[in-house]
Amino acid sequence: MATSPRAAQQKFEPWTDPDAKPYVRIEKITKKFGDFVAVDDVTLDIYKKEIFCLLGASGCGKTTLLRMLAGFERPTSGKIYIDGVDMTLIPPYERPVNMMFQSYAIFPHMSVEQNVAFGLKQEGLRKDEISQRVNDMLNMVKLGPFGKRKPHQLSGGQRQRVALARALVKKPKLLLLDEPLAALDKKLREHTQFELINIQETLGVTFVVVTHDQEEAMTLSTRIGLMNHGEIVQVGTPDQMYEYPNSRFVSEFIGSVNMFEGRLTDDEPSFVRIACDDLEAPIYVDHGVSSAPDATVWAAIRPEKITITREKPTEADNWASAVVQDIAYMGDMSIYLLRLDSGKVVRVTQPNAYRHADDRITWDERVYLHWHATSPVVVTK
Amino acid sequence: MIARLWRLLPGGRSLVTSIPYLWLLLFFLVPFVIVLKISFSSTVIAMPPYEPLLHWTAEKVMQIKLNLGNFAFLVEDNLYWIAYLNSIKVAAISTLFCLLIGYPIAYSIARSSPSMRNILMLLIVLPFWTSFLLRVYAWIGILKNNGLLNNFLISIGVIDQPIQMLQTDFAVYVGIVYSYLPFMILPLYANLEKMDLTLLEAAADLGCKPWQGFLKITLPLSVPGVIAGCLLVFIPAVGEFVIPSLLGDPGMLMIGKVLWTEFFNNRDWPVASAVAIALLLFLVIPIMYFQRAQDVEAGGGLHR
Amino acid sequence: MNHGRSWFRMGVLTLGFAFLYIPIASLVFYSFNKSRLVTVWGGFSTKWYGELLRNEQILNAAWLSLKIAAISATLAVVLGTLAGMVLARFGPFKGRTLFSGLTTAPLVMPEVITGLSLLLLFVTMEQIIGWPKGRGMTTIIISHITFTMAFVTVVVQSRLAQMDDSLEEAAMDLGARPHKVFFLITLPIIFPALMSGWLLAFTLSLDDLVITSFVAGPGSSTLPMVIFSKVRLGVSPDINALATILVAIVAVGVVIAGFAMSRQQKIRDRDAQMALAANQQMIESLKKG
Repeated sequence: MATSPRAAQQKFEPWTDPDAKPYVRIEKITKKFGDFVAVDDVTLDIYKKEIFCLLGASGCGKTTLLRMLAGFERPTSGKIYIDGVDMTLIPPYERPVNMMFQSYAIFPHMSVEQNVAFGLKQEGLRKDEISQRVNDMLNMVKLGPFGKRKPHQLSGGQRQRVALARALVKKPKLLLLDEPLAALDKKLREHTQFELINIQETLGVTFVVVTHDQEEAMTLSTRIGLMNHGEIVQVGTPDQMYEYPNSRFVSEFIGSVNMFEGRLTDDEPSFVRIACDDLEAPIYVDHGVSSAPDATVWAAIRPEKITITREKPTEADNWASAVVQDIAYMGDMSIYLLRLDSGKVVRVTQPNAYRHADDRITWDERVYLHWHATSPVVVTK
Repeated sequence: MIARLWRLLPGGRSLVTSIPYLWLLLFFLVPFVIVLKISFSSTVIAMPPYEPLLHWTAEKVMQIKLNLGNFAFLVEDNLYWIAYLNSIKVAAISTLFCLLIGYPIAYSIARSSPSMRNILMLLIVLPFWTSFLLRVYAWIGILKNNGLLNNFLISIGVIDQPIQMLQTDFAVYVGIVYSYLPFMILPLYANLEKMDLTLLEAAADLGCKPWQGFLKITLPLSVPGVIAGCLLVFIPAVGEFVIPSLLGDPGMLMIGKVLWTEFFNNRDWPVASAVAIALLLFLVIPIMYFQRAQDVEAGGGLHR
Repeated sequence: MNHGRSWFRMGVLTLGFAFLYIPIASLVFYSFNKSRLVTVWGGFSTKWYGELLRNEQILNAAWLSLKIAAISATLAVVLGTLAGMVLARFGPFKGRTLFSGLTTAPLVMPEVITGLSLLLLFVTMEQIIGWPKGRGMTTIIISHITFTMAFVTVVVQSRLAQMDDSLEEAAMDLGARPHKVFFLITLPIIFPALMSGWLLAFTLSLDDLVITSFVAGPGSSTLPMVIFSKVRLGVSPDINALATILVAIVAVGVVIAGFAMSRQQKIRDRDAQMALAANQQMIESLKKG
C-alpha cells in the first residue's frame, strides 16, 4: 500500500505560495474548430510535481487542452509556457513533454523493450545507456521479466505499464495522461491508481491527467480543474471541490448532492437563512453569503451530511419531514430516497454501523431529516 | 487530428503529395485533354494520322468546320448511337445478373462461420488471380457448337441439335457476368460481413420472421455495398472490348469494339477520340458517384 | 445468429463455386486432350505442354510480360502508397477533391479510353519533347503503373484508415520526426497491405490486353496480346496448357497463403492465451500487495 501520500499532500500546496513560479502556464488559450469553440479562453497554472486532473464530461474540451499541451493541436490564440519557455508552436517531437495515450498506442511490431527504448533512440543516446535506463524503468513498473514479449502477448494492464514506462523513461518535464484508468477493470483500477501516485512521487514528474471519472480525479489529484463547454469552471484540491463548490454545476458533477432552491430571508455577515418552498423549516447556514438582494440562491447539502430520525428534531431550522420512498442496501452503507411533502426527493446515505439493527428504517415510513448548520453550501449560480 | 499535425510542416507534405499528384496529372488527366483536342481534329494520311494543332489557328474558316465534324459524324451515323445504347443495355443487364448471382453468394459467405469465411473468400478471389483473358477463352470451349455445354445437353437428351450459343448476345452476357462477378462480390461481402448481427437478433426478439429481418434490416443496410458493386461492374462493362470480341457476334455493336475498330482498322484517330469523349461524358456522372461512395467507405484523414 | 448448416447457403455456395470453377476446370481438363479438337476427348496427352514450351513467340512474350509486371508493380506500390498516405493522413487541402478523383477514376475507367488517351499522350510528347521514342516497354510500363496504382491506393488507404493513428502520434510524441515515423512505425505495420497491393498490381499488369495493345510498339508483344491473336482464330490447346500452368501457379500460391494465414491465426491464439495468463498473474500478484 502507498505510504500515505495524503500526509505529503497536505503540506504540498505550491499554489498557495505567492512566490512559487508555475511550471506550466496556460495563458488565455482558445481553440476553435471552424465555428465550434472547443476551448474557451482558458488560463491555468500548474506547479512542479503536481498531479493535476482536468475533469469534465465528454466534449468539455479537456482532451483538446491536453493535446495542445502535447503539441498535437495548435491553439487558435493564447500561449503555453513550460518551465518558462514558450512552447505554443513547438511540434510534439521537440517538446520535453510525453503522453500516455488512452489506447496505449504500443507499437505492435516491436517488443516491450524496443517500445520503451524508442524514445531514447530518437534522442541518440548510447546503446548501453539506453539498455540501462530501459531495464530500470521496466523494473519500476514491474514488467522486468516481460522485456522480450510482444504487445499482443500482454494483458491490458501490462500494456498500460509499457505505455507508462515508454513515456517516463525519457524523463519528461511533463507527463500527460489521457483517461489512464478507463480501460482497466475495477479491481485493477484501484490498485493502479495508487501505483501511479507512487511512481509520480518517486520520480517527481509533473502529471496532467484527463478524466471524466470524478472518483478517479478525487483519488489521484493534488488539484482538479473542472471543465464545462470549454471553460474552466473551478480549480481546487479534491476536498475544496467537494466541500466548497462554487456553483450548482460543480456541486452536482462531483459526488451527489441535494439542491434546495430558495430566497434569503436573513442575510447577515455571520449567518443566513434561506426559505425554501420544499421545506417546512428554513435552512440556517453558519456563514455569510455574498449575493444580490432578493436573488435566488441554492443550498447544496451532501447526502452523507443528513441524518434520519424517527423523532421530530427540536431545532427551529435545518429539518424536514419525509416518507421513505426507496432504500438501496449497498453493504457498507445504505442509500435512502425520501420524498418530501412537496414531492421533492432527497437522497441520504447512512453507514450500516450495526449488523443486526432490527428496527432499521423501512419503506413508507414517515421520518424526519436534519442536518448541521455547517453542512449546506450556498451557491449563487 | 493527425492531419492538422502534418500541416505543421508544409514543405515535406507538399513534396509527398506532389509526386503521385504530378504523375496522375500528366499520365491520367492530360491524356484526356489531348483526346479532347484530337477529337476536334481531322484525319490525314500521315503519322500521326491527324491534323496537327498548329493548323487551325491560322485558317479561321477551317477551324469552324473542324470543330464539330467528328461529333456531328457520331450523331448522324446510326452506327454510333446504336453502339452506345447497346453497350449501356448490355452493361446494365449484365450488372443486374451479376447482382442477382453475386448477392446470395456474398451473403452466404458472410453468414458462414468465421473460419470458413476466409477460406471461401480466398476461393472466390482465386479465379481473379488467373488471367481474365484465359477465363473468357474458356467459355469459347464451353459455348461452341461442339463445345462442352452443347455436348452435355445432347448427351442427356435435352436437345438433339447444338444450340448456337457462341457469337450471340447471350455469350456476351455470360462472359461479362462471369468475369466481373468477383468485383460484385467483394464490396457486397465487405458490407455484409461488417453488419452487426445483434440487429437481427433484436428484430427477431421484437417479432420479425427471418425473411422479414432480411428485407427490413439486412437489405437496406447493404445498399452501399450494392451500389459500389454495381458501379464497379457497370462502368467498365460499358466500354468492354475483349468479351464482345471473343464471345459475341462479329456484327454486335459495342462501343468498346467500335472505338478499337476506328482506331486500329480505320486508323481514324479523330473519330476514335470523339467516340471516347462521348463515352466519357456519359460515364462522368457514374464515375463521380462512385468516387463519392469510395470516399465515404475509405474514410481516413477527412473525418477527424 | 446461427452459423450452423443452412440448405440455402450450401446450395448457393455449391452452385456459385461450380459456376466459377467449371470453366477453369475445363481449361485444365482439355489441356491434356490428345486431340486438337478441344472438346472431343482423344486420350490423355501432355504434348501440348511440349508445344507450348517450344513456342518461342509465347515464351518471349511471357518473359516480357513478367519483366513489365514486376517493374510496374514495384513503382505502382511506391506511388500508390504515397497517394494512400496523402488521402488517409493529410486531411483537407487545396486540390484534394481532384486528387481523390484522379486516384479513384482509373478503378472503373473503361480500358479503351485509358489506352487511347495514353497513346495519344505519348505521341504528342514525342512530337513536343522527343521522348518517349516510339512505343515499347517504357510506354507500356508507364501505362501499367498509371492504372494499377489506383488499386494499390485503395488497398493502402483502407489499411491506413483501419490503423490506430495514435501509434503515429505516440512516435512523434517520443521524439521521432514525421519521416522517421513513416519508416519506423507506419511502414512496418502496413507492410502486408503493400505486399497484397504489389501482387494485385502485378496480376493486373500481367493480364492487361487493351491498354497494352494501344501503347505497345512493334516488337513488344506481351503475353496477353499473343494469346488474344491466337484465340481470335479459335480454340488452341497450347493455350489450354498455358492456362493450366497459370492456374497451377496461382493455386499453389493460394494454398501457401492459406497455410500462412492459418499459422498466423494459431500464433495469435497462442499469444492471446499468454496474455490471458499474464493478466491472471498480475491480478494475483497485486492481491498479495
